[in-house]
Amino acid sequence: MPALTVENLSKTFPRSRPLFGKAAPGVRAVRPMSFTVEQGETLGIVGESGCGKSTLARMLVGLLPPSEGEIVIDGQAPGKGDPTEFGKLIQYVFQDPNSSLNPRKTIRQVMEAPLKHLHHLPADQRDARIREIFATVSLRESFLDRYPHEFSGGQAQRIGIARALAADPRIIVLDEPVSALDVSVQAQVLNLLAGLKARLGLTYLFISHDLAVVEAVSDRVMVLYFGSVVEIGRADSIFAHPRHPYTRLLANSAPVVGRPLTAPEQKGTELPDPLNPPPGCAFAGRCPKATEICRTDIPQLRDMGEDQRAACHHPND
Amino acid sequence: MTRFLKLLFRNRLAGIGAVVMGLILALVILTPVLPLQDPYATDLGARFKGALQDGHILGTDHLGRDQLSRLLWGTQLSLLVGLASAFAAALIGSTIGVIAGYFGGRTDNLIMRAVDMVMAFPYILLALAIVAALGPGLLNALIAVAAVNVPFFARNIRGIVVTLAGREFVDAARLAGMGHTRIILTEIVPNVLPVIVIAMSTTIGWMILETAGLSFLGLGSQPPQADLGSMLGEARAALITHPFTSVVPGVMIFLIVMSINLLGDGVRDALDPRLKSGALSRPLPVTTVGREGPIPAATDDLLAVQDLHTQFHAGSRIFRAVGGVDLAVRPGECLGIIGESGSGKSVTALSITRLVASPPGVITGGAVRFREADMIGASYEELRQIRGDKVAYIFQDPLSTLHPLYRIGDQLAEAIRVHHKVPKDELRKRAITLLKDVRIPNAESRVDNYPHEMSGGMRQRVGIAMALANEPDVIIADEPTTALDVTVQAQILALLNDLRREKGLAIVFITHDFGVVAQLCDRVAVMYAGRIVETGPTQAILDAPAHPYAKRLIACVPELGHGRRELAAIPGLPPAVDDLPPGCAFAPRCDKASASCCEGDVPLIGTPPRAVRCLYPEENV
Repeated sequence: MPALTVENLSKTFPRSRPLFGKAAPGVRAVRPMSFTVEQGETLGIVGESGCGKSTLARMLVGLLPPSEGEIVIDGQAPGKGDPTEFGKLIQYVFQDPNSSLNPRKTIRQVMEAPLKHLHHLPADQRDARIREIFATVSLRESFLDRYPHEFSGGQAQRIGIARALAADPRIIVLDEPVSALDVSVQAQVLNLLAGLKARLGLTYLFISHDLAVVEAVSDRVMVLYFGSVVEIGRADSIFAHPRHPYTRLLANSAPVVGRPLTAPEQKGTELPDPLNPPPGCAFAGRCPKATEICRTDIPQLRDMGEDQRAACHHPND
Repeated sequence: MTRFLKLLFRNRLAGIGAVVMGLILALVILTPVLPLQDPYATDLGARFKGALQDGHILGTDHLGRDQLSRLLWGTQLSLLVGLASAFAAALIGSTIGVIAGYFGGRTDNLIMRAVDMVMAFPYILLALAIVAALGPGLLNALIAVAAVNVPFFARNIRGIVVTLAGREFVDAARLAGMGHTRIILTEIVPNVLPVIVIAMSTTIGWMILETAGLSFLGLGSQPPQADLGSMLGEARAALITHPFTSVVPGVMIFLIVMSINLLGDGVRDALDPRLKSGALSRPLPVTTVGREGPIPAATDDLLAVQDLHTQFHAGSRIFRAVGGVDLAVRPGECLGIIGESGSGKSVTALSITRLVASPPGVITGGAVRFREADMIGASYEELRQIRGDKVAYIFQDPLSTLHPLYRIGDQLAEAIRVHHKVPKDELRKRAITLLKDVRIPNAESRVDNYPHEMSGGMRQRVGIAMALANEPDVIIADEPTTALDVTVQAQILALLNDLRREKGLAIVFITHDFGVVAQLCDRVAVMYAGRIVETGPTQAILDAPAHPYAKRLIACVPELGHGRRELAAIPGLPPAVDDLPPGCAFAPRCDKASASCCEGDVPLIGTPPRAVRCLYPEENV
């Protein structure tokens, strides 16, 4: 049984109705998408700003009710947009560790909340559980009675991870968990996450804009563009052998030591307008291989070689 | 608490307000036990007595009642009513504001439109209408004053809660299984409480005044009961013949409102975190200089930073942000400065044209030479000539560096006009050429755009165009691509690279990304805790880093194309620059460190162009 199954999940944000006339069609932040994540797998999700990765993540943890589609976690379908039902199954680690902690609560109060409200543990068991979790993420117990502003970014992110673990979830959504951290601390947190996963049998959804980080931690990678999945495949091959031209553009844009500096895309292109989406492939305007069919028909995801699927009319070889 | 009081009394007017208010409160509390005359005992034979006559310290009123007694009892009543209505207004208004702000959407719309309707009435009219409907009386006046002030609290608190409700810790609380009521009570309310207190402290004075106003019109306290407003109202008839009777309650109202307002302002300033951190003290246009020791001699580099020391003085603590940095660039060269947050790389960059905010920043040593002229010792006028003309900056966030209300063409034109006299139509042409130089498509129409009409990448191109406006010799780029997507970053880096080759620009490029450094920079300097720990040609350092920190920092950065793997982390955290260990700052985190590393200052040595600050380097340089 897969850890997570997503069927035709989509989100459309309605636009306000003008005083006269009909409301304009809403903005489709996430277009219908389906994918599964196996138990113990790490699925990396990459894409640029505005591609819908945060909207997807918020739907997966129940913070945002989806417009359509279904989310099945561990064989259960939690109620639509109800974080308490989701909370026991799936948890979220936020990008900015400091703003995800209430400045007026001690770390103990922060850690107790999921134990109290999700698992209804009595006080003595809560205390034991908190100590156990703190030992797992190697945090000192003396931190428990301090306030968030006393911690560095790396420590605060460990606390954020500890809070997610307190809910005892099956899946953790990591939304850019290291992009606010310094590189030397980033490696500490990534290694901690890898260790936790192996020890506790967790499943991760790892969202990041940093391809190198995603490649280093993921089993499979899903590439989003303009609210759709454009390519999904094994982490060790997707950037080396991209099928979709957008994946190739991303891979070529990442700064790599020893590669000469050339802009892979010199045209001053911009993302398509979400208020006025193009009728065909959203990437056609930036794509060097685009033809007539790309501008009229939306390509569907299809199998391309081993464990790799891409949505493109003219995939790379 | 002592810190709060200290901050409060630093404001002298607030201190005066606190003392006056304290005296009045003490008097009012002692009123029941003071040997006062009966405030209701009339004596028509002794009307309108002046002060200190017949045992009446403050004289008598039109019915011969003792003014002092009436004043104290009246003050007590007025203060009680004012405080009660302030608390009622704060409680009801804040509740409305919290609910509207937290739930948002339709709830917010309905509540706030209702509040707007209340606000649409002139408030004294509204208060009169409420009293007219409920009938005169002190309790009804209290209700009216509270009701009139509810919208003020509701709107203020709603604004704060809207931002708070979108914060990540509220999402985290929902995921922890907390319900809406619990989130409001335990997550939101503790964070808005200081704002409510601030809002109350600044409005209480007005509410006392408004209650007095209603009593003055005869709608508040009813005879014979006295409050300050009704005393004034009753004395009004004899204002010309016996002004003293009006002066007594008038002065008291003045004292109360004045002292509460002064105190309220003080409380607001002491509680507001932005003001606490010194936002009120405006930074000087140039960083203060307090150089000790000799000034290094000039070199023939285009731009040279020599033994630069920059510190931040906050109270008794001294943060050594930059502790002796040497850098130099030649025309057409790109120098990378790499380091983690707090390593002093940005402060070094800002110190070059003395842009570090002062206070608290002070440049305490060294020199910055542009074409041999020392900029640290230069006057503000001389620096202004160089800033943006010969030495230009590109900052990380183009959205906050561009003015949102001016068209980008006008902003580019301004950057030129400050330094050169150019006719107006020529300016526009230059702006368009600049936009073309940074490869903005349709430059002719884009020149009239506002910053919000452009994407992040386009805005950063405008930022670069502005830096290029006066054909500078040096560009200092402080993490110019960190906020951008990778595809846009690649375009911006390629653009900067082309520009320096075409125009012979020298670039100082500050970043934390080794991939970017490797692609763009000829030489690189690695900074740690305010000092350069290693410097040399980029390729040589990346291939064979000599300083243990540089080596381990390069190792912990994942590189694309190496597959799934364990990353090498550096244990521990960088040291705080107000408490640096003696000797090598990296020693506590270094596995090669020995006792000698922590003894004396470790020099930066090697054969040029390479140098390393380490006693046990990984490579010989």
